[in-house]
Amino acid sequence: MKIAFTTKGTEWDSMMDPRLGRTEFILLYDDETGEFSHYDNRAIEHTAHGAGPKTVQKLLELNPDILITGNGPGGNAAAVLKNAPLKIYIGAGEMTVKEALSAYKNGELMSF
Amino acid sequence: MKIAIASGKGGTGKTTLATNLTAYLAEEDEVVLIDLDVEEPNSGLFIKGEFVYKEDKYKMIPEWEQDRCTPCGLCQEVCNFHAIIQLSDQIMLFSELCHSCYACSELCPTSALPMIPQKMGEMKHYRNGNLSFVESRLDIGQEQAVPLIAQTKEYIDTHFSEKMIKFFDAPPGTSCPVIEVTKDVDFVILVTEPTPFGLHDLKLAVDTMRELNRNYGVVVNRHGIGNDDVLEYCQNENIPVLAKIPNDRSIAELYSRGELVYQKVPAVKEQLIKIMDQILELKNGEAK
Repeated sequence: MKIAFTTKGTEWDSMMDPRLGRTEFILLYDDETGEFSHYDNRAIEHTAHGAGPKTVQKLLELNPDILITGNGPGGNAAAVLKNAPLKIYIGAGEMTVKEALSAYKNGELMSF
Repeated sequence: MKIAIASGKGGTGKTTLATNLTAYLAEEDEVVLIDLDVEEPNSGLFIKGEFVYKEDKYKMIPEWEQDRCTPCGLCQEVCNFHAIIQLSDQIMLFSELCHSCYACSELCPTSALPMIPQKMGEMKHYRNGNLSFVESRLDIGQEQAVPLIAQTKEYIDTHFSEKMIKFFDAPPGTSCPVIEVTKDVDFVILVTEPTPFGLHDLKLAVDTMRELNRNYGVVVNRHGIGNDDVLEYCQNENIPVLAKIPNDRSIAELYSRGELVYQKVPAVKEQLIKIMDQILELKNGEAK
């Protein structure tokens, strides 16, 4: 199962990024193979409008089964995600990636 | 002659100044007041007039025709505003992000994105004696002020003579809508308040006006509160301070009842006269 995280860094101890559209990185973790990778989204900083749809489009290309994030998608991003197969869990904005994963596993995150 | 009233910080008194200045000038001359704060126009609370004309305003946005789409993805590549994204064979359009640049529509190899008009707001024109009042208002949910501002300015250019004095009440801030309002005016009045917030945003507004190469001056509203930092800043930067409108409870009371201030508060009228004298002087000085 492939899990995506919105993060401010590329390590397990990095902080989560509460934002989806303007997240600095998307971290990917495959809990079957243990594969750990990331996508650098920092160029989004220079985008004035439409950060939500743009980041979500990239996210869907990465094709995770689950997205763990903080605040949750805004209107435009939510419109793109509406028909997407991935499950979204929110409320992990103030955690490290490691904490967010265990919170998800313990069923402590809210599903969006 | 076109004069914009802008501010940087919101709530400094743009509309109060715009409505009072135009009403005062309209006692003698023909004047036009245009409320271009299209996200929240409120000059109309103070200026009443006879209804003259109303027009729905439209912007052009692409519409996806799935039958014609191949789907090659060129549209989303050329869109600078992320208003189009492609998900497998589906195209999603975000019309509120669209800047009506036509790139996707013109470049689509199968013409699957024809541009269609979408209503974005309405413009209304009123008249009260010498004073013509035009206001535009964005529809709820519309995010872009610039096209409506641009179309309203076109209406003003085609319906009023160049010689008439026109006051454009701008939105606060320093972003695209403010630039659209101020980019081609003869003079910009920057209204501020003598507080740290007022000074901070005034500096941003001054930077913007310098970038746009505009003539501008500052009006300090609610003079007497805060501190002298705004005045010191203007002096150090050689920015003309056109007027200082005193902080006075009676002004706030009149404002809150939707009344004009200058007829009842002589100190305000004095400052209005000062402002106009200086703008005309600066303008004439430049002409020489």
